[in-house]
Amino acid sequence: MDKFTRLTAKACPLMRQNIDTDQILPARFLKWPRDKGLGTVLFNDIRKDADGNDLSDFPLNKSAWRDAKVLIAGRNFGGGSSREAAVYAVYDYGFRCVIAPSFGDIFAQNSVKNGLLTAALPEAEVNELAAAIEADPAREVTVDLAQQTIACGNRTYNFAIDPVSKNQLLNGWDDVDLTDSYGAQIGAFRAADRQSRPWAAVKAR
Amino acid sequence: MRQTPQTLFDKLWSSHRIAEREDGAALLFVDRHFVHEGSFHGFSQVTARGRKVAVPDLTFGIADHYVPTHDRDKPIANAEIAEMVSKLERNSADNGITLFGLRDPRQGIVHVVGPEQGLTLPGLLIVCGDSHTSTHGAFGTYAFGIGASEVAHVLMTQTLWQKKPKRMRISVEGQTTAGIAAKDIALAIIARIHADGAQGHAIEYAGSAIRALSMEGRLTLCNMSIEGGGRCGMVAPDETTFAYIKGRPYAPKGAEFDRAVEDWRQLTTDAGAEFDREVTLDAAAIAPIVTWGTTPDDALPIDASVPDPSRETDETRAAYIRGALDYMGIKPGAKLTDIAIDRIFIGSCTNARIEDLRAAAAVLSGRTSKVPGLVSPGSSLVKSQAEQEGLDRIFKDAGLEWVESGCSMCVGINGDLVPEGERCASTTNRNFRGRQGRGARTHLMSPAMVAAAAVTGHLADVRPLLAGRKV
Repeated sequence: MDKFTRLTAKACPLMRQNIDTDQILPARFLKWPRDKGLGTVLFNDIRKDADGNDLSDFPLNKSAWRDAKVLIAGRNFGGGSSREAAVYAVYDYGFRCVIAPSFGDIFAQNSVKNGLLTAALPEAEVNELAAAIEADPAREVTVDLAQQTIACGNRTYNFAIDPVSKNQLLNGWDDVDLTDSYGAQIGAFRAADRQSRPWAAVKAR
Repeated sequence: MRQTPQTLFDKLWSSHRIAEREDGAALLFVDRHFVHEGSFHGFSQVTARGRKVAVPDLTFGIADHYVPTHDRDKPIANAEIAEMVSKLERNSADNGITLFGLRDPRQGIVHVVGPEQGLTLPGLLIVCGDSHTSTHGAFGTYAFGIGASEVAHVLMTQTLWQKKPKRMRISVEGQTTAGIAAKDIALAIIARIHADGAQGHAIEYAGSAIRALSMEGRLTLCNMSIEGGGRCGMVAPDETTFAYIKGRPYAPKGAEFDRAVEDWRQLTTDAGAEFDREVTLDAAAIAPIVTWGTTPDDALPIDASVPDPSRETDETRAAYIRGALDYMGIKPGAKLTDIAIDRIFIGSCTNARIEDLRAAAAVLSGRTSKVPGLVSPGSSLVKSQAEQEGLDRIFKDAGLEWVESGCSMCVGINGDLVPEGERCASTTNRNFRGRQGRGARTHLMSPAMVAAAAVTGHLADVRPLLAGRKV
């Protein structure tokens, strides 16, 4: 997994609330293997018309933000379905960080597993940041995970992230390798558990 | 020495904790893992590492997301969909996983089949690559949806790293009035706490109105936890739970069952245990509820009118309402009961169990639906039972299609879609933009309320339609 440490890039404001994972990646694209290009269908039905043409007023389609690596969104970004392909789409499009007042729990968890930072700021600060960027679309932001800061012009914001996610993103940990090192504990747990919860086992029918 | 009082969730958490890291993440043991056609990303990661499924007998495959609801006896016509179903068959066979496949009599929606088969039990930790895994919490189970990387991790290790969520108790006290279903309670809760209200929290549903719910009702309620932002929601097990489990195919039998019940009785929140957040609702105040917008918290009693953005003082909120009404094709301030519908859907992991079908049939019996619609039972066994009870005849006589079991029109990936611009009264869980198809307009409500919408052709209060009927 890719690490996330520090990033300076343009930021695209997509200031809508409740952008759920059905909007991030409509369900009909879930059959696609990742290498088919999920980034091309990110936000498909709100970004393109029914014929597949870009909607000119959709922020991602504006020339100033074509190369943005940071996405700024409204409250409750990524709620809904657990589809990790929604994170693949955001990441494969080119975003490395999403800033919003709040995130769907499963989306945030999936993001960590894929090196995508979800940075939570209070709603007023998200709005202020978005307004500053809308006023000057070429302006870059610097996101520093170790410091938990987002700098834009002369403003610096402190964002929230839980220590577990922070740790994993900074280190680019592979969960499975880590878990394999706990083999003895898992074995001991299972042996004790068979005694304490015999009913938990699946019995052949 | 007296122990610190614990919540139900605390007990479930500690009974699955294998180890804990310094940063607070705990390694948890997974008792049951359900996989479906959409889990192929997870299996790809396992294969890419040259690994196999670690504990295949704790993993169950169920074909639900992509399965056709028509012409089950024929080969699947759409090649891409056929491939999704056969990929699950291959992944299950290659790893020695029990599969309830397309033509298995036990096939159905994973969150209906798990409880039905006795695979879902109190005190277990259950995961599935589906956000509505919260459903299984109805048994006093720690159950939550996971993404593909977590699916892969569980397949390879039978464990999962999690940070402990905060604890939230939602108490619904008193008695609901006639015609009120678990769905109405769920929507009332979500309207109160909002779509992100329970983010970061494990919900416990408590109170006399919850205790009074059947298992089917509790499953509906826990299913909708994720629509309030909670990754999991649970109800402490009681006699209702034990009676439901007894005799199910995979449930413990005989002395083992008695021993299990003894243990399960401990799965309650101790007196004096603390929650990070408490919310209380008055059951008697809950009316039949429908959604008007594009998130499940856009929910109002049926006698209300949709909001008018020009009367909203918060500009962000006003912009949201304008966008939602525009998408839904509804005039600001319109009365909900004036909104005409184009079709109905009764189905999904939220509301397609036998009691749901009975509730809809009680309204539809002897009446005709003014709009077309699909009725897709939650499982193939629910379908058989409904047919034994003659419910299929009631739906068919009303002019509705009685089809096979699967996720169907809730998510639309099997081809059952609401056409663009059409309005659907639906027993499902998400009214998101495009959820039932591009440009589809979804109104969420209980099965009885969907039946009322079918009979009248518009959003309607079911209560007058129940007068003099046995429910």
